[in-house]
Amino acid sequence: MAHGPAKGFTRWLYTTNHKDIGSMYLWFSFAMFLLGGVFALVIRAELFEPGLQIVEPGFFNQMTTMHGLVMVFGAVMPAFVGLANWMIPMMVGAPDMALPRMNNWSFWILPFAFAMMVSTLFMEGGGPNFGWTFYAPLSTTYAPPSVTFFIFAVHIMGASSIMGSINIIATILNMRAPGMTLMKMPLFVWTWLITAYLLIAVMPVLAGVVTMMLMDIHFGTSFFDAAGGGDPVLFQHVFWFFGHPEVYIMILPAFGIVSAIIPTFARKPLFGYSSMVYATASIAFLSFIVWAHHMFTVGMPIAGELFFMYATMLIAVPTGVKVFNWVTTMFRGSMTFETPMLFSIAFVILFTIGGFSGLMLAIAPADFQYHDTYFVVAHFHYVLVPGAIFSITAGVYYWLPKWCGNMYNETMGKLQFWLAFIGLNLTFFPMHFVGLAGMQRRVPDYNQFFADFNMLSSMGAFLFGAAQILLLYNVISTIMGGKKATDEVWENPEGLEWTVASPAPYHTFSTPPEVK
Amino acid sequence: MMKRFWQDNSTPMLCTKLGVTVVAMFSFAIFIMPPLYDLFCDITGLNGKTGDAYVLEESSSINDLGVDTSRKIKVQFIASNNENMPWEFRPTIKTIEVHPGEVAVINYFAHNPTQRDMVAQAVPSLVPFKAANYFHKTECFCFNQQPLAAGESAELGLSFIVDLEVPKQVNTITLSYTIFDITNQQQAKTVDEKPSSVVLATVN
Repeated sequence: MAHGPAKGFTRWLYTTNHKDIGSMYLWFSFAMFLLGGVFALVIRAELFEPGLQIVEPGFFNQMTTMHGLVMVFGAVMPAFVGLANWMIPMMVGAPDMALPRMNNWSFWILPFAFAMMVSTLFMEGGGPNFGWTFYAPLSTTYAPPSVTFFIFAVHIMGASSIMGSINIIATILNMRAPGMTLMKMPLFVWTWLITAYLLIAVMPVLAGVVTMMLMDIHFGTSFFDAAGGGDPVLFQHVFWFFGHPEVYIMILPAFGIVSAIIPTFARKPLFGYSSMVYATASIAFLSFIVWAHHMFTVGMPIAGELFFMYATMLIAVPTGVKVFNWVTTMFRGSMTFETPMLFSIAFVILFTIGGFSGLMLAIAPADFQYHDTYFVVAHFHYVLVPGAIFSITAGVYYWLPKWCGNMYNETMGKLQFWLAFIGLNLTFFPMHFVGLAGMQRRVPDYNQFFADFNMLSSMGAFLFGAAQILLLYNVISTIMGGKKATDEVWENPEGLEWTVASPAPYHTFSTPPEVK
Repeated sequence: MMKRFWQDNSTPMLCTKLGVTVVAMFSFAIFIMPPLYDLFCDITGLNGKTGDAYVLEESSSINDLGVDTSRKIKVQFIASNNENMPWEFRPTIKTIEVHPGEVAVINYFAHNPTQRDMVAQAVPSLVPFKAANYFHKTECFCFNQQPLAAGESAELGLSFIVDLEVPKQVNTITLSYTIFDITNQQQAKTVDEKPSSVVLATVN
């Protein structure tokens, strides 16, 4: 049993080891994060000044589309799956994932999906240019010919996510160490269990909606074509039925990560563990009944607008419970501010700001003003960048010493945090103002009176991008060497992952641990 | 080796259940959501689609109660062309005032100014949505496809009745038609159908 990893490249190709696959997921998602970041910087460079200067409007549209698609499906989701692969078996005391071969497959189809999707940029007619939400008929009747490649890429990504979730659910439900009852599981495991169920429920709907697009384009059906008796609004309903749970898929594991980090650095157990579990489950349930708040302006009866407005506002209740618990965990704790903790505190503050702008958008009559403006862009970047990206970064800093046995450079980590924090706020805070003043999304040019704020945003974006290079450098240099980490790494952290050696051996928990 | 590790639940069984859920959700998206949406729109009048041809029955409330001359409803007509549709398309009158229960007949005018024969389909939309289920078309060009030869023009007829039960707050109804060019779809269909008819002929 006790054998090390195979040698050479085939180790990575044939591996069924959850740690290897977790690392590949994380590296892949970081590569996609940089690629999506480059697309974002093209957008910000074009918007640095009013007028058209750097790219053609058509290419600008491809950039906004690809930025969204690559960040959502290539950066955030695989990063969480990578963390799940690394941490869930170690957290529940299992030797590996339940279905190790499928695990290998669900990773290795991803690079092909993204290679196919990114290659459309070089095809005749260009890549997808219809926004990451690919509303029909923009994505059917008026789409570039490369849309078929986009559709199949989405199919493959969906298959990968579904296999990943089945694997995670099977691991959590069937492979826990004796004594690890459900209500003893770390919150990261809980949030991932719920996320995996969300994925099982809605990724097939995404596959369904792109399949309907495919049939409309190539097989003469009229799901979304008004001339043939279809309805483009149907697309929006089906898409957002997937899309709203999808945004929680991108935030629930983040809740789990910060719920692991904050108690460690506040040196207090997490406040309100069971209410955290119930709040996560409530958020997951509510995510299925609020989808139409993305389309208030599409023409709904008053009753519909009211229902979706109140249901959306209801989500603030379980989310408020979570924020309250994090703050209360920190309250009168012996806090220290290492890099993971800095990212986690920034998460709590900035995610709450994003939540408040979300409440503003939830007000149906006000949404008619905000719809499709930069206010929406500011809102979802405030929840996704400090929400998903900051928590993933926090998790990487928190568990990196366990993964590679060395401590990262704390000064560089803190420098990265402050650069990212300032860059992020500089980029996205002014967007609230230009959005409220009426600047539309997805337009390469804008009125001159938005110029100053846009220049600030662009400068912040480049600062934020530079901070990520620091992360890359810090991670690589930590893997190469550095101060040895102890097995516990931090002061008295909770969880089975801290009971194994640092770096974590290739095989952990070949015999089940005792859970009291 | 990994099978039945420490817990007694069977992983294959669990995975089968999850797999079935995946297939069920996929089918739900493709086969259930679109008809459900159409049904929902039919009942609520959402999306402003008006119903199919309305047949006057002897027992219907309209014949029994006749015309409600105490109310007047203003009906406005709008025409628009879908992108790249070159036809000239407009209602011959812009508005008409009708009493609920009264049969009204109006015409749309269509002209194909191009050098080729074309087929069009008009798609209706009606606001307010509340009125959609009270607007009955006994005859409408939108029930059929409209072929027009190159340079040809046509008067397209529409007759309708506003239901006696139309909600009190509805005083104005706006009916809009968007005309779509479906020539290519029609050609694709005839090309598709030809081989099958050939097969039928040989069988006979």
